[in-house]
Amino acid sequence: MSGDFRLKGGRIDKNCEINFTFNGQSMRGYLGDTLASALLANKKHLVARSFKYHRPRGIFSAGSEEPNALVTLVKDNHSEPNLRATTIELYEGLEAKSQNHKGSLEFDLMRVNDFLSPFLSAGFYYKTFMWPKKFWEKLYEPVIRAAAGLGSLDMKSDPSVYDKGFLHCDLLIIGAGPAGLIAASEAANNGLKVLICDEDFLLGGRLNSDDEKIEGLSSVDWVRKKIGELKKLKNVRLMNRTTVYGAFDHGIFGALERKTDHIVNSHGKPRQVLWKVYSKRSLLCAGASERGISFGNNDRPGILLSSALRSYATRWAVKPGEKIAVFTNNNDGWRTARVLREKGCNVVAVIDSREDTSEQLYGINSYKGKTVVTTSGIKRIKSVTLNDGTKITVDCLGISGGWNPNIHLTCHQRGRPEWNHKTHCFIPGETPIGMKVAGSANGLFGLSEIIQETIAKTQAICKELNFTTKKATQIKASSQNLDIEPLWHVAESKARAWVDMQNDVTTKDIYQSHMEGFRSVEHLKRYTTLGMATDQGKNSNIIGLAIMAQIQKKPIEEVGTTIFRPPFTPISIGALAGRGRGKDFRPYRLTPSHKWATENGAIFVEAGNWLRAQWFPKNGETFWRDSVNREVKETRTSVGICDVTTLGKIDIKGKDAGEFLNRIYANNFGKLPIGKTRYGLMLREDGIAYDDGTTARFSENHFVMTTTTANAVLVFRNLEFYRQCIWSDFDVHLISTTDMWAQFAVAGPNSRKLLQKIVDKEFDISNEKFPFMGCKEITVCDGIIARLFRISFSGELAFELAVPTRYGDSLIRVLMEAGKEFQVTPYGTEALGVMRIEKGHAAGNELNGQTSAQNLGMGRMISKKNDCVGNIMSEREEFDDKDGLRLVGFKPMTRSQQLKAGAHFFSKGKKYNMDTDEGWMTSVAYSPILEHYIGLGYIKNGSNRLGEKVMSVDLLNNQIFEVEIVSPHFLDPEGERLRA
Amino acid sequence: MKKAKALNQTYIRQWNKKFMIINHPILGPRDANEFVYKGDAELLNRPHWTPNATKRATYAEQEEFHDYLYLRNNPAGEHKELWYHEQGDRSWLIITRDTLTHQISKVELVREFLKEKVT
Repeated sequence: MSGDFRLKGGRIDKNCEINFTFNGQSMRGYLGDTLASALLANKKHLVARSFKYHRPRGIFSAGSEEPNALVTLVKDNHSEPNLRATTIELYEGLEAKSQNHKGSLEFDLMRVNDFLSPFLSAGFYYKTFMWPKKFWEKLYEPVIRAAAGLGSLDMKSDPSVYDKGFLHCDLLIIGAGPAGLIAASEAANNGLKVLICDEDFLLGGRLNSDDEKIEGLSSVDWVRKKIGELKKLKNVRLMNRTTVYGAFDHGIFGALERKTDHIVNSHGKPRQVLWKVYSKRSLLCAGASERGISFGNNDRPGILLSSALRSYATRWAVKPGEKIAVFTNNNDGWRTARVLREKGCNVVAVIDSREDTSEQLYGINSYKGKTVVTTSGIKRIKSVTLNDGTKITVDCLGISGGWNPNIHLTCHQRGRPEWNHKTHCFIPGETPIGMKVAGSANGLFGLSEIIQETIAKTQAICKELNFTTKKATQIKASSQNLDIEPLWHVAESKARAWVDMQNDVTTKDIYQSHMEGFRSVEHLKRYTTLGMATDQGKNSNIIGLAIMAQIQKKPIEEVGTTIFRPPFTPISIGALAGRGRGKDFRPYRLTPSHKWATENGAIFVEAGNWLRAQWFPKNGETFWRDSVNREVKETRTSVGICDVTTLGKIDIKGKDAGEFLNRIYANNFGKLPIGKTRYGLMLREDGIAYDDGTTARFSENHFVMTTTTANAVLVFRNLEFYRQCIWSDFDVHLISTTDMWAQFAVAGPNSRKLLQKIVDKEFDISNEKFPFMGCKEITVCDGIIARLFRISFSGELAFELAVPTRYGDSLIRVLMEAGKEFQVTPYGTEALGVMRIEKGHAAGNELNGQTSAQNLGMGRMISKKNDCVGNIMSEREEFDDKDGLRLVGFKPMTRSQQLKAGAHFFSKGKKYNMDTDEGWMTSVAYSPILEHYIGLGYIKNGSNRLGEKVMSVDLLNNQIFEVEIVSPHFLDPEGERLRA
Repeated sequence: MKKAKALNQTYIRQWNKKFMIINHPILGPRDANEFVYKGDAELLNRPHWTPNATKRATYAEQEEFHDYLYLRNNPAGEHKELWYHEQGDRSWLIITRDTLTHQISKVELVREFLKEKVT
């Protein structure tokens, strides 16, 4: 591989070559390279086009703050956009593409936007997308908006696996640079359980990029030694490739670990793991990021942060250019020049805006008190021009505008950073409880001070957690002083000077937004888009703020600060979803007869978390309603079986169980005889119908309640609330037994005959001994305990039989076998629904959280004897309105007409609007018994209007026809069948 | 299917909707996702009412219930509220939480609290 662009040394493995492609072009790098360092080593500076003006852009930084070098990676036939080349670890076969251009990267057809820039300034959308109206569809949306934006999404679903996990520690250390490593070893030596995370794949932070001396060792050797020590400790967990992205309440942090992004083939292992970290204390050692300076044409490829140049030369042994200049306002720029020269690079000039600096490097031209006003070069910088007119030929320029501490996580609980007048940067203000900040993240830039402060803070944390601390280690290290003199924007620059390169925001945009009255930082951000998108203004926010302060002639801290929110760096949606995708979005529950139903070809439907049989198609049935009609008919003429295990079941015991139920239900239960079941209606405190079901009394102090499937959890929660919080002196105990009993409805005229075959002989279930609404504890199939209820949802002679869940599968098989002589049919939720509508039973569509007991026609059920949930509020006058909605049935006048749920009712001859609206259809079904559609619905004063004809209006489907108001009991209104 | 949707919502909260720790008086510190939030602890003070078979609740009685049901303080600061340890021991708790900082200063079992109130 071309040695020209590689230097000696570096923390890469030169024995391990890696092949990769960029825009289809084959290139080579080494193990330990990032995509950015490998591209630079291949002399590739132009790697992207900018967001708005499609300007040629190069790699700007060496870390996660990168604004420019966003690429699309293709792996496993799936592409992921907007990844930062500076954080992508190189792997064999890596396939990267540049984004945001039409035609090739070198000859982007959209670069015309750059010449149109006078028209594309801040607020362009706001001002342009106003009129004429028809331009929206023809120009604005398809052309202008399509031209903007970052990379494009792969429309296929993400093939990778993501996982989630939980971690616990005494101390979470965020960042494994010098401060983090020292804190980890100090805390671990004092016995704390330590977790230390770093977003980089190589631990050590800037110690890998800067040659420092610690404890007499070079920084790289010191890092190796320290990590070796830490790895041996059982109470330390070191996590590289792990970004702590958010600080939440009570010491909880979110972290994203990239497990297999750097490996060619993950072999099915998760790509990334989203960790939830529970910490007692945390120490933020996230370091600092260098910032640029805004000057004319400061966005050309070949212009990098000065510290990034140092990183590429030192850590990745890349020669960033042949003629390098550095533009700085502090001593750190000089350090870059010194390091580059030591590594064998040709540094041609250092331009320092400070006049009175003592920094000097032999053999390098220094321009003190000078600034860069503009640069030239299209696809790569060719020269810089200083404010005195000097033109210097370069092919690479490092900029150092000072350092911004990475204080993001301190802001996640709304802590406001404070301005430090000495180092000219924001340092942490109030931090989340339990968090301390050390090192550069706290605004310290000399290694010696960083070490001292870190040790002191770690010791303080140990003491807070009541660990006895050993004597602190003494660590000697080098020190440096930035001696910064703020320079944000070179005012003499006539050419456009970029502030936010990712969003193409220039200094002019900031002036313009000020002129147009957008003077708060938050307005500036929204108007110009400064600091938005993937980098969230890590480089640009403070420059923008400083320029605003200059315009407003105020100190920076008075202009305001934008604070940060999670995540620190972008997180893919896949990682947030974890395993919860597709059918694993939530867990599902299977009924005891599921296996049997599957064997019998059932079609399933989700009901809450449950999968329930919806219908059982037989040979020749191609349309779902054929099956459902048959199931209904066969049940009504002989016998059918349905798994009703999903209904909530609650065991209620205790001396006060009866009184408790009196108060929970709107109707009375205290006087329910033993061995009887009763329908119960529950109200909410506001008088609205909440849930219904049956409750059986097995003994004086033992009731069994059933709830609807959907409300099982909520009703139980509600019962516990009243038991513990309102009537806490009652002797009553609750347990949810939904999962303990498999329950089957056996319905139809032959249901008793069928059950008699399996109920043990000593139990008489004849109509005389076991009448309608009876309940009994019995045994079936030679001694298996069971509960039998004579209740009916279908309107037929019917029973519900419950056995312990483990017998559920056997029971359905036994019932089906025993029922053969009656041509027993299994039925699903659809037939169940048809039969309940035929019978006029209210269900979810009727109990929709808007309807009262009165609406349901159950007003008279409400107890007047005792205080119960909802009865006082249901005495509100509005609820008693004589013209109020009442639940009734509907038949189409033209019998072949299909009814529609959701249709609204109007008197004949009225206009169809809100004022004349009289109600709506809640449930409809085709009744195979009546051989036409039937419906349930609410209509004003419905119970007094039976026989009246009204219009059913569905304007969405443009269906308007006449229906007749009828009793909701379409079938057997006297209930003779169920008492048979 | 309408009902199915209602249940979905209770599940989605599981992993990362709440980032808090509740120090349960019996079970120790637990992730807030195990708990369900109900609301203001004023809900404990349900008005007493005895219905009359012959006449409606008076306006004043209804008014009292109305206030219990609908009127809540919304303090910026310390707030006593009811939580239910649904995926735990099913206890109802009174939690004193600062609505500005989310700091939890006290966690009590409702039953213990009511016992003390009586004695």
